[in-house]
Amino acid sequence: MSYRPDLLVSEPNKLTVGELRTEEMILNLGPQHPSTHGVLRLELLTDGEIVKDVVPHIGYLHRCFEKHAESLPYNQVIPFVDRMDYVAAMNSEHAYAMGVEKMLGISDQLPKRVEYIRVTVAELNRIASHLIALGTYGLDLGAFTPFFWIMRDREHILRLLEWASGARMLYNYIWIGGLYYDLPVGFEERCREFVHYFRPKLKELENLLINNKIFIDRTARVGVLPLDLAINCGVTGPMLRASGLRFDLRRVDGYSVYPELAFEVPVGEGKMGSVGDCWDRAWVRLREMEESLRIVDQCLAALLGEHKRTRDFDPQALVPKKIRPKAQDLYVRAENPKGELGFFFRADGKSDVPFRCKARACSFVNLSVLPHISRGVLLADLIAILGSIDIVLGEVDR
Amino acid sequence: MNAVLEKYQLSPESSAYPPTVRVDSQNLILLLTELRENPATYFDMLSCVTGIDNGPEANTMEVIYHLYSIPFHQSLAVKVVLPRENPEIESVCHLWKTAEWHEREAYDLLGIRFKNHPDLRRILLPADWVGHPLRKDYQHQEYYHGVHVAYQAPQPPSDR
Repeated sequence: MSYRPDLLVSEPNKLTVGELRTEEMILNLGPQHPSTHGVLRLELLTDGEIVKDVVPHIGYLHRCFEKHAESLPYNQVIPFVDRMDYVAAMNSEHAYAMGVEKMLGISDQLPKRVEYIRVTVAELNRIASHLIALGTYGLDLGAFTPFFWIMRDREHILRLLEWASGARMLYNYIWIGGLYYDLPVGFEERCREFVHYFRPKLKELENLLINNKIFIDRTARVGVLPLDLAINCGVTGPMLRASGLRFDLRRVDGYSVYPELAFEVPVGEGKMGSVGDCWDRAWVRLREMEESLRIVDQCLAALLGEHKRTRDFDPQALVPKKIRPKAQDLYVRAENPKGELGFFFRADGKSDVPFRCKARACSFVNLSVLPHISRGVLLADLIAILGSIDIVLGEVDR
Repeated sequence: MNAVLEKYQLSPESSAYPPTVRVDSQNLILLLTELRENPATYFDMLSCVTGIDNGPEANTMEVIYHLYSIPFHQSLAVKVVLPRENPEIESVCHLWKTAEWHEREAYDLLGIRFKNHPDLRRILLPADWVGHPLRKDYQHQEYYHGVHVAYQAPQPPSDR
């Protein structure tokens, strides 16, 4: 392949060599780099080991979600929603389905069993997503073993979800108005076994990774995100909570059956340094996994007790044959593992296809804070900060 | 919140959730600044900025700002309608840094220009891409750097 200077204009640098000072250098990180968690490209202005400026370039994984959504009926958009945050597809589906149900006005008619199953699978997926976040974060900082332990435990979750939906990561399980299928017979018991198995593993993980001396040294007091900057940048999810605000949409909005469940909302306390540093973000994710386990446990109790499997239960009973909401605008949001996932819908009332469907992706907004907190840090710390944001490029680029 | 909206003679639309008010583009910054700074409203978070193309028949574009107030747990959407030819609106980056990337996205996919934006470049598409895909009358270019843009089904081999 010959040299193609015309390709340079498709993704040019924002910084130009001519304007640099003598000691400065432009360093290109990514898009093919193991610590950028996918195809993210960072343009760095460096002075020796110090990062003076960061310019993120995104869009390498842009698959036109919003354009696709404008040409497909509401129910056929769900597989595309899966592919946005592909490590937490259940949570995204849940948010999307809630939005369309709200437009149709059926959101309060859903059977309780459907809601409990939705929350169970979504929380299992939240654990899987946080496991990936912590495992790859360890990899970024040079800790190899936790990643294997984590992948081993995550496999149990993926197998449970595969058993329920037939797919390992991109489920298309939560449908508008219900579910694809009831849980398979014996799922609740197997899931409970997993909860008992996983609790001690979380303690292990905490000792192995979070409380590890090297890990603390690499993350404490690094990339401190002040609360006012976090709110101003629209940061949500574990990142916002690590900065000290007890803000969880599961509690604040109380959607689905979350008001009936008991769980804590952990916030960063600055135990190893200052509130809102990288260690706090990792620690909040670990605590959230414990809370998710609690939620799963309570949901299983409900699914085995009050709302147990009956012969005539049909999870597709409310799934509409034709989805044509009235003309309206609607913004719906839900707590994804990475933050607030929002969908904006405009329905024109004349067709089965959304007129406009905008996804407010949490990783996209969270990533935009990176330049603000990584000016003047060491190059190695930049990797620590980027890993602690926990981005999924499928969602950043959509 | 209602006092501020009354001051600008705005009333929320009935067919939208969260409550949506439509404001003239010259009043936008005034209203948003007041909504953010006023201690009775205090919309400290900008959740989302959405650009919409209403198509060549309506000949308008819209920008919708979804605001959320954390202390008051209140949501509000502010809507601006723009002409479809040369849509231009003041940027709100100086109020919420969230807007920076969202406005770049609206510029990239819809071609809405934001005045006084610190860094208005394409964000998702390559810099030398032609057109704005989320416009309803968008036609993609035939070739991009010698690559056929539309999908072409592979031809079956003929010599079998």
